[in-house]
Amino acid sequence: MSGALLSVENVMVDLPTPRGNLRAVDHVDLAVGAGRTLGIVGESGCGKTMLSRAILQLLPKKAKLSGRVMFDGQDLTGLSAEKLRKLRGRSLAVVFQDPMTSLNPVLTIGTQLIETIQEHLELDLAQARQRSIELLAAVGIPAPEQRLAQYPHQLSGGMRQRVAIAVALSCEPQLLIADEPTTALDVTIQAQILDLLAREQQRRHMAMIIITHDLGVVAGRTDEVAVMYAGRVVERAPTPALFKRMRMPYTEALLAALPKLDVAPHTPLPAISGRPPDPTRPLKGCSFSPRCRYSAGRCTTEKPQLSPAETQEHVYACFHPIAAGAGA
Amino acid sequence: MLFFVARRLLYLVPVLIAVSVLTFVIASLLPGDLAYVILGDQATPENIAALRHDMGLDQPIWLRYLGWLWHILQGDFGRSFRTGQTVLQAVSERIPVSFELMILAELIGLAIGVPLAIACAAKAGSAFDRFMTGSAFGMLSVPTFLSAILLIYLFAVELRLLPATGYVPFTEDPVANLRFMVLPALTLGLAEWPGIMRVLRSDMIAALQEDYIALAKAKGLKPSRILFVHALKPSSLTLVTITGINIGRLIGGAVIVESIFALPGIGRLLVGAIYTRDLIILQGVVLLVAAGFVIMNFIVDMLYALLDPRIRHGHA
Repeated sequence: MSGALLSVENVMVDLPTPRGNLRAVDHVDLAVGAGRTLGIVGESGCGKTMLSRAILQLLPKKAKLSGRVMFDGQDLTGLSAEKLRKLRGRSLAVVFQDPMTSLNPVLTIGTQLIETIQEHLELDLAQARQRSIELLAAVGIPAPEQRLAQYPHQLSGGMRQRVAIAVALSCEPQLLIADEPTTALDVTIQAQILDLLAREQQRRHMAMIIITHDLGVVAGRTDEVAVMYAGRVVERAPTPALFKRMRMPYTEALLAALPKLDVAPHTPLPAISGRPPDPTRPLKGCSFSPRCRYSAGRCTTEKPQLSPAETQEHVYACFHPIAAGAGA
Repeated sequence: MLFFVARRLLYLVPVLIAVSVLTFVIASLLPGDLAYVILGDQATPENIAALRHDMGLDQPIWLRYLGWLWHILQGDFGRSFRTGQTVLQAVSERIPVSFELMILAELIGLAIGVPLAIACAAKAGSAFDRFMTGSAFGMLSVPTFLSAILLIYLFAVELRLLPATGYVPFTEDPVANLRFMVLPALTLGLAEWPGIMRVLRSDMIAALQEDYIALAKAKGLKPSRILFVHALKPSSLTLVTITGINIGRLIGGAVIVESIFALPGIGRLLVGAIYTRDLIILQGVVLLVAAGFVIMNFIVDMLYALLDPRIRHGHA
């Protein structure tokens, strides 16, 4: 893990709630090398967004973070607000889930691009404007020059997400965090946006973290995948290894929950039954055990730790991993 | 945009007609016959009947209304039967006083309310925020006649810095004019800032929770830019509304404050007209003030469009 651009080391995020402490992120270790892509997958409420906020150091004020977030050789958790501000938008950029709400409705597209560029790069207004036009063209927005004077509501959802990506790319970041970048978009637009992200990531040789609830999004688009459940990483592997043979029943269940096109009409969608555990009431055993069809024995009394499969890169936390040939 | 303005202007016509009808009907419903008021209680019934006929008071109300409206459309709002002054003369004499008072009061209210609102929203929930929110609530419940008297006591009686009552036109002596205006404007301004502050504070706190603020932070923008550009602009719609309403209300003069500080403004003109049953002045002034209020609201609508492009483009 040494030499990685970003390494998240033993990170925990605790949120005080009226119902008690909520551990949103629990002992997470992750790393992304320069130019590599990591997918973080899990259902809603599993802590993926909190983890991304922890990396950006943009957690809610009351949240408590422990562990280290090493980025480019420095620990972000110890940096001053001013130093962090200089990194954000410059080296560390983010694309949020919903482009309908993540762009300011009362500022023009141009303003929102130019302000980012001028904040971090020594460019005058004309140069920043020119760069904005190039960026909009690069993310596939037609008539980029006219767009600068337009407001977000004058653009479609897909176009807005392209603008948000242009904003994120504007200062050539080393790491881009895309937090559910396609969840709020039409299916037809999703592939376009993912392809755009992949293309720009390759071209700029930046590292990227794609956060999603959809295993289909990370397949073929990431180098490594981490599956999160109830705040923990429960399986992590190089993408091909994971899809070749997943060990964690939760990963399998996520994959099974993907809608398939080749089934007969009216086949019910296989959903994961039950809900994730209440994060303010942590379970003693494996968090997935109440919903897991393989659960038995110590699953409910002891927490499985991450342990390697056949390679050191592939780790999983399960007492009853899926055997070869079984499952998906 | 031009279409938007034209459409809003067109909306004004029915509103203004309704306002004129209401003004006329209410003034007509007031007890006391105008002819009787003019001639006094010594008048004979024949004299009164003759005057009523001359003034058209024996005609049905809708006919009188149309006659009144016809004259107004020609710029004739009528004249006072007591002073002989026309409504327009009386109003144009008084309006600079009320207008100056209104501007100064709003400026003071905004100058106190807006920075406090921003500071409180930026530190929402802090001791400072709670103290200022509490103070605003306290100030909201202080009536203007009380704060006026306290200010007079402090600045005019104890410190002897400012005159307690009186007025000099701005064109005659700007310094003396401002010295007379400070206390009344301060009295009104002190009543205005709590509303301004509370509305803007809660709007800003809501705006600061928005995704686009999270993104602005993630873009590494300076905290001041996030606060003043990304959060303040989308939060200012309600602020514009209440400022517009305040201004509209003060166009009609601040009756109490003008009376306490002896300012010859619209408010005192109205009170005088009511005391002397000068119905023509009353009707004319109320109509003009109401029209001013409606036009102020039109301006507020225009400002909305300026602040929020979604309104401009007919999305919201």
